[in-house]
Amino acid sequence: MIRKAVRFVDQRSGTAPLLRKTLRYLFPDHWSFLLGEVALYAFIVLVATGTYLAFFYQDSTVQVTYHGPYVPLQGQEMTEAYRSVLNISTTVKAGLLIRQTHHWAADVFLAAIVLHLLRIFFTGAYRKPRELTYWLGISMLIVSLLEGYLGYSLVDDLLSGMGLAIGYGVALSIPFFGANLASLIWDGPFPGQHAFFSRMYIAHVFLFPALIAVLLGAHLALVALKHHTQFRRERRQSERKLVGVPMFPGQTPRSLGLMFAVAGVLVLLGGLVQINPIWLWGPYHTYSSTNGAQPDWYLGWLIGGLRLVPHWDFVIDGYTLVPNPFWGGAAFPGVVFAFLFLWPWLERKVSGDYAFHNVLDRPRDAPWRTAIGVWMLSWVVLVFFAGGADRVDVLFDISYTSQIWVYRVAVWVVPTLLAIASFWACKELRAAEVVHREQHRAEEEAHAAAEREATPV
Amino acid sequence: MARARDVLIASVALLLGRRKTRLRAGGEERIVPAGEPQPGAELLVMALLVAAALCAVAFPVFYALDRLPHQTQLLGASLGLSLLFIAAALILTGKKLIVTEEIEEGYPENEHEAEQEALVAVVHESGSRFTRRRLLKGAVGLTGGALGVALITPIVSLGPVFDMTPFYKTPWRRGRRLVDEKDRPYRASDIEEEDFYTAFPEGADKEALGSSLVLVRLPKDELDLPPENKGYAADGIVAYSKICTHAGCAISLYRAPLFQADEPRPALVCPCHYSTFDPGAGGKVLFGPAGRKLPMLPVYIDRKGELRARGNFDGPVGPSWWGVRMRKPTT
Repeated sequence: MIRKAVRFVDQRSGTAPLLRKTLRYLFPDHWSFLLGEVALYAFIVLVATGTYLAFFYQDSTVQVTYHGPYVPLQGQEMTEAYRSVLNISTTVKAGLLIRQTHHWAADVFLAAIVLHLLRIFFTGAYRKPRELTYWLGISMLIVSLLEGYLGYSLVDDLLSGMGLAIGYGVALSIPFFGANLASLIWDGPFPGQHAFFSRMYIAHVFLFPALIAVLLGAHLALVALKHHTQFRRERRQSERKLVGVPMFPGQTPRSLGLMFAVAGVLVLLGGLVQINPIWLWGPYHTYSSTNGAQPDWYLGWLIGGLRLVPHWDFVIDGYTLVPNPFWGGAAFPGVVFAFLFLWPWLERKVSGDYAFHNVLDRPRDAPWRTAIGVWMLSWVVLVFFAGGADRVDVLFDISYTSQIWVYRVAVWVVPTLLAIASFWACKELRAAEVVHREQHRAEEEAHAAAEREATPV
Repeated sequence: MARARDVLIASVALLLGRRKTRLRAGGEERIVPAGEPQPGAELLVMALLVAAALCAVAFPVFYALDRLPHQTQLLGASLGLSLLFIAAALILTGKKLIVTEEIEEGYPENEHEAEQEALVAVVHESGSRFTRRRLLKGAVGLTGGALGVALITPIVSLGPVFDMTPFYKTPWRRGRRLVDEKDRPYRASDIEEEDFYTAFPEGADKEALGSSLVLVRLPKDELDLPPENKGYAADGIVAYSKICTHAGCAISLYRAPLFQADEPRPALVCPCHYSTFDPGAGGKVLFGPAGRKLPMLPVYIDRKGELRARGNFDGPVGPSWWGVRMRKPTT
């Protein structure tokens, strides 16, 4: 059976040598190497569930009156888009399960990408010859953030509308051409014309997913062409020699197992843990908003950035050069992504290390990189927390304004302290290792000497 | 009958029979080393697969039942558990039943210098007939640029890209009545202190950013309008654009001193990023990220006691853009 299939394929494609190599491609064994795979499998779940949702969703902003089964909204005016998502959630059998699984998958997808990125950064996996792989990954993260944002904007409930208003405000704030750009995207000033929803829809279900798929393909191809990096855990592992488990048979059941586990957890979450109950928010109007609205977690750092910046518009002699939302909504993520893109190049320039690297650093092996990474990470995380200050105000009754003032200082001071602490920790860990090695060697020598003495010649 | 017996025997053989390790033709060495059989693990894998099958069978059953309480939860649990059982079976297979080899292999070559040289040579040598390279490069660059511009030109059709007037337009003009969400005109006597109201221009599109207003009535001692807004209030009633000048959300919080003892003045707050505006001082920014004051609309009370606009806003409505402060709103 198998022999027949192999012969058939090889005679018609000549790929037996390639397939044999692929089958025996080596995967170094470390749990942190699975984070990227989790993202990949979440993406598969996203495409599958998203395709199903697209069979029911309507990208229309025509006003209709709701007559569905959800009583509190009956008789309300809303867009056809929002009504179709309400129907997916109430009347389409299994629709709510698929919609919630889709939403959970998006949150897990981005979480896995971010954790994967942290692993890549702190182990120096992006170094030559893998910069292209890394840049493709960062680009995917940016596209995925936009893709997620469009996803919950399409629902057209109150939360969607508030998010879109903020997106519009940020687009408008870009110096010199922001208003023109926003006018192009929305077909005029906010809330825009009907065409805007069609544009979001085609971007969400085709342009961005296709872009992610292309970037993903290139990312994986480059990983395979240059092979995986590895930690040095055994003596035989080196810059020239890779030790790992072959794709088949060793890695296949593990990877497939992970795929089914990711899909299983997402479906369980989609069925058992409510996410974004869109019927509670009601339809969006430009003149309505609600307190306590929070975006999906992966946009929390941007809402924090927007909330933290003091009321500065950059105005020169009556000409508004930079309106305020630009700082938190565009400049802040711009700085973060510019840092991520430029880092491999910066590190090479400063360290003068132009060598090829297949063996990973542990964070302690590169104290400067670790310290700078900790600074950036804690900066972003603190701004993220600042975005939740209103929840803290409600839950613990700590004044919002004083929290914001604390954060305005803390986002600069705390990362600096943490960076210094992590730099020191790296140095100490390394020093302890040297001491340990020395001790070990001394003990071995003493032991050998004792044995020599004990053995009569 | 004989067929049934064959099937039975075959399935028993399939279940019980363990594959004998066979040498490949020619007695070559194995590629994947042999491992010890693990009948216990095999049995467990089968049990997990059966559990997965049972859960999977439950899914269409739950799906088919109408008016099932907690249908979403049961559907999610059955499908999710089925997938997780398969995951467990696969991971167990990987850990116990598949021979896990740890193989070493050389990394691919860092670079192929001879090939690189050959590539460069091919490109260089292919151009031996070109003599005016500079000029040619210029021509190619020119054509590429021109064609690029031509190809992106249709994008301009997406929206009014150069015309900024729609951003300054609002439906407000002198005499226009203020109505509520159900188009009923507001009377000055409807507006009470320590409460806030959303108003729209009569007969206009309520969704346009320039339409919606917040109305509040302030006690005389709270009203301290700057000179340019003198006469904007009517009997303590002030009207502001409802759209925050920061990022365009609707201002839907009114902090009257009654509710927050620690805050000295009443304030209009946007719940998106907590930009806070002073309704008694012409919409001045008190706190938060908004870089521009809230646009104020002058109002008056007509002879029937209804509220009407006295003119347009004192500044452009909605989030700011480059040059926003250069013009006044138009009708």
